[in-house]
Amino acid sequence: MAGTPNGELMTGAEIVLKALADQGVSTVFGYPGGAVLPIYDEFFQQEKVKHILVRHEQGATHAAEGYARSTGKVGVVLATSGPGATNCVTGLTDALLDSIPMVCLTGQVPTHLIGNDAFQECDTVGITRPCTKHNWLVKDVNDLARIIHEAFYVARTGRPGPVVVDIPKDVQFAKGKYVGPQGITAKTYAPRVKPDQNAVRAAIDLLATARRPILYTGGGVINSGPTASKLLREFVAMTGIPITSTLMGLGAYPASGPEWLGMLGMHGTYEANMAMHDCDVMVCVGARFDDRITGRLDAFSPGSKKIHIDIDPSSINKTVKVDIPVIGDVGHVLEDMIRLWKSRSLKLDAKALADWKAQIAKWKAVDCLKYTPNRDVIMPQYAIERLYELTKDKDCYISTEVGQHQMWAAQFYRFEEPNRWMTSGGLGTMGYGLPAAVGMQAAHPKSLCICVAGDASVLMNMQEMSTAIQHRLPIKVFILNNQYMGMVRQWQQLLHGNRLSESYMDSLPDFVKLAEAYGGTGIRCDKPADLDDAIREMIAAKGPVLFDCRVANLANCFPMIPSGKAHNEMILGSEIKDEEVGNVIDSKGKQLV
Amino acid sequence: MNAAHLTGTGSAYFLEEKKQEAEAHTLAVIAENQPGVLARIIGLFAGRGYNIDSLTVSETEHEKHVSRFTIVTTGTPAVIAQIKNQLERMVPVHSVADLTVSGNYLARELAMVKVAGKGDKRVEALRLADAFRARVVDASTDSFVFELTGKPDKVDQFISLMVPLGLVEVSRTGVAAILRGPEAMKG
Repeated sequence: MAGTPNGELMTGAEIVLKALADQGVSTVFGYPGGAVLPIYDEFFQQEKVKHILVRHEQGATHAAEGYARSTGKVGVVLATSGPGATNCVTGLTDALLDSIPMVCLTGQVPTHLIGNDAFQECDTVGITRPCTKHNWLVKDVNDLARIIHEAFYVARTGRPGPVVVDIPKDVQFAKGKYVGPQGITAKTYAPRVKPDQNAVRAAIDLLATARRPILYTGGGVINSGPTASKLLREFVAMTGIPITSTLMGLGAYPASGPEWLGMLGMHGTYEANMAMHDCDVMVCVGARFDDRITGRLDAFSPGSKKIHIDIDPSSINKTVKVDIPVIGDVGHVLEDMIRLWKSRSLKLDAKALADWKAQIAKWKAVDCLKYTPNRDVIMPQYAIERLYELTKDKDCYISTEVGQHQMWAAQFYRFEEPNRWMTSGGLGTMGYGLPAAVGMQAAHPKSLCICVAGDASVLMNMQEMSTAIQHRLPIKVFILNNQYMGMVRQWQQLLHGNRLSESYMDSLPDFVKLAEAYGGTGIRCDKPADLDDAIREMIAAKGPVLFDCRVANLANCFPMIPSGKAHNEMILGSEIKDEEVGNVIDSKGKQLV
Repeated sequence: MNAAHLTGTGSAYFLEEKKQEAEAHTLAVIAENQPGVLARIIGLFAGRGYNIDSLTVSETEHEKHVSRFTIVTTGTPAVIAQIKNQLERMVPVHSVADLTVSGNYLARELAMVKVAGKGDKRVEALRLADAFRARVVDASTDSFVFELTGKPDKVDQFISLMVPLGLVEVSRTGVAAILRGPEAMKG
């Protein structure tokens, strides 16, 4: 009985805590309730694993995501049965779509009551089956330790994702054997991490012939670990290939790097999207051709051959047919590609590459992120630019909510390192950013953790301010307050004849007073001239801050690929006046989302 | 995977997609026999909008807790490839084989067919059952239950012949399938 002191039996609750400690878990985000009380009793009697008490289980899941993405470790959530479990569903789905490793432990009613509609009973494994990588209901305490270790293995292996372990209360009380994590895997789950060398060779052969190459990278590079980002930088430096990234992949290649084109996709840069459209060889590295990336599918990069590096075979040919799939972990694949490129002393056609970069420079000259500065009103883009300038030399982690502010943060905040940028990409979960910042700060107590928020999204999990106060987590919530659900309004302007149905945020709270009510600091700023000092005050504040940044109410987020259009049909902010906004998408495009 | 094949294709995916037509494929899936595994597989099909034409499942190796699913599904080749990849990445799934692609396989189904009637129709039903090698497994003075094993189209044909002869009820197992020859599917 490895790991059991003196071969004694342990209770299920003891096994849970021992398994977490043996997995190297230092922090759990959770909320107690009837069906997890035995586990909470164990928390009380140990000091290895820290518990952060959230105010809503959804907050726990996003905090665990923020923790996981900023550390590369598995995020851990503990919730009770019934409503505790159902409140986790949004965060689990978010983690599934963004491939974030998470273990969510839920309490369940005692085994003999399962199926009886007992108090706070729900079919947790049934409800979470489609929003997890895998889940388990533990019916025998002797399986508990193995299942928890297996859960960690599944969550972090291959394409990472969330898992649920549902533990009935009687199993938490029952005594059983403990087994350590050594050698525990899921016997049927062994994703391929090392690529087929023939595929790597074919990819290199094709790439070497490219005249207009582009690298399109994604969250897979971040998930693969810091080594993958290093290798990516080495690969770009070695080949000189221009590089763009999805929202999820920002920071893998530095924004200051010479080949950086900015983000691509619906609100990506003109140069990135034009280069994607006109390239002749595309290398997709750990990304999945999401619809926000491709735009109109039948006009997506029509002249290119495509290489797709992904650890998940189901991502290959899912929406875009590729010429050379390479299945494996991004880090391993890049290592092999670099080795092969070097050993064969390959070089791209210098003349062709120079012409291609000259073309890209012309697109860059369009200056697609240009906006009209204003001396009286803070432009949201300006707010992010100043936030970036005043925090760029600090040890800084950024999360966002979802909406216009998220896109502006992605466009104007420049990320130099991986794991510094947490955002809800796939699911687009409003309410993600504030709890994610709580998780980031719990993982990096000394760092500057900022949530760039909108006035609408931030209210969705505002209660987690209370968590931040209780646990001395000095998060800074930088709210771009335009009194609208800005992205909803932008779409209503574009698609629905400027009828702003329910997108105006009437009766917003006074964010300064709200911060004070929680015990934090509130700062308000509505003049561009005051902004720098106000941001410095926010950074200097000891505790959590709500920063109410009053920005231009009707600013819209450009450039934009409208629904139903291709990469080379972007709308530029400089080309469009407010009254024309309603005419840029045709009736067919309006039916798409 | 050979390199010539990899570089050989063009990437005008939108032109290819128009040409693709739905085809039926028979998949064999070997999975852990753990609680909920059937729900996982069905949930995958329902959640992603794939078709299930037929599904059979039973434990095949009791000691190893292994079950075998035979799934007949319809989709374009791209969708079939997605289904296979999605099934393969499920944690409890050991392996997936597309028998339609693998080649020569056997597919069989068992049906029990209840026919009620008297006189000539009853005699004719019995005569046809004999021609189809269906066995009589239950009989009363005015009914038969036939047991029939065979390819799905043979079962279809038998059932349609029974309709005018007093068919009242049918129970079918769905398709079980296996590759011909000495090779075993990897577990």
